[in-house]
Amino acid sequence: MTPEEQDQVRARQKSRAVVTGLLLGFLVILFFAITLAKIGASHNI
Amino acid sequence: MTTATLTSAPVTAHWRDFLALTKPRVMTLVVYTGLAGLLAAPGRIHPVLAFTAILCIALGAGAAAALNQWYEADVDAKMKRTASRPLPAGRMDRQSALHFGVGLSFFSVILMGMATNWLAAAVLAVSILFYVIVYTIWLKPRTAQNIVIGGAAGAFPPVIGWAAVTGDIGALPVALFMLTFFWTPPHFWSLALFVRTDYAAAGIPMLPVVSGEVATRRQIWLYTAIMAIAAMAPVLLRLTGLIYGTAAFVGTAIFAVLAFEVYRRRETDPARMTPERRLFKYSILYLFLLFGAVVADRWLLA
Repeated sequence: MTPEEQDQVRARQKSRAVVTGLLLGFLVILFFAITLAKIGASHNI
Repeated sequence: MTTATLTSAPVTAHWRDFLALTKPRVMTLVVYTGLAGLLAAPGRIHPVLAFTAILCIALGAGAAAALNQWYEADVDAKMKRTASRPLPAGRMDRQSALHFGVGLSFFSVILMGMATNWLAAAVLAVSILFYVIVYTIWLKPRTAQNIVIGGAAGAFPPVIGWAAVTGDIGALPVALFMLTFFWTPPHFWSLALFVRTDYAAAGIPMLPVVSGEVATRRQIWLYTAIMAIAAMAPVLLRLTGLIYGTAAFVGTAIFAVLAFEVYRRRETDPARMTPERRLFKYSILYLFLLFGAVVADRWLLA
């Protein structure tokens, strides 16, 4: 693998890591919101 | 020229290739019909849970699309329209697509069950399995009626959206299922008429390839007639009001006129198939219109 190809792979790995991180952050917020919605719903009954 | 890396060493795919694997454009119609089913359902659902339900329908559709491309990578490589997809172009290895698709399937179904109810999750699981196993693996390579039965997979979203709210399956989502089910053949075959050469090269038994164009045009007309009955069923069963009734009547009448024109024509040159392209484009607008009308009916006339 040439240095150029290696740089390209590194750049892709980095962008994948960033996107995965953002998705995980989104899921944390979503699960928190789902939990609040579920607790709120049971509270009303 | 692009198939060389299909079985070679793993490649580091770009995250955009994973996104492309989920066919985001097909997803819009699935999300729209799922949302319509959810909004047309009686009862209340917390907005966060409604959002999660729609997200799960979208993720499930994306998972099914990824598994479809995992299975069909060799076939996709032979068609101009699909040769640039991540797998046939060699930008991703097949294992990654399989793991991504299976993982996303489980995630979407489990999240749906946790956030809404397990009936909605079960229908979502059935729709994914139906698309991948019944359509992609079983019917598509074997019969020219493949997309008729396979269309059922695309008809599930309104049922899932409804079930997410109510926890059951009512008559209206079943009617919407039938509408989408019988809409698929004229929608897809009008496309198959003008991209026929592509399917022929890949050896997929699409109706125009197997039975000829005249038979395809006749079948488009036939399924349009059945679709018209399905479109009017909610009106006849008094499940909807005036807005849907008017939209369905006018929309279906225009559909029938366009389909009849396609039925009468004998054009074989794809470059001169303007009415066929028009029917294909209108069919998408038609489904958007009718599903929008169902929701408008429920929200404005309730």
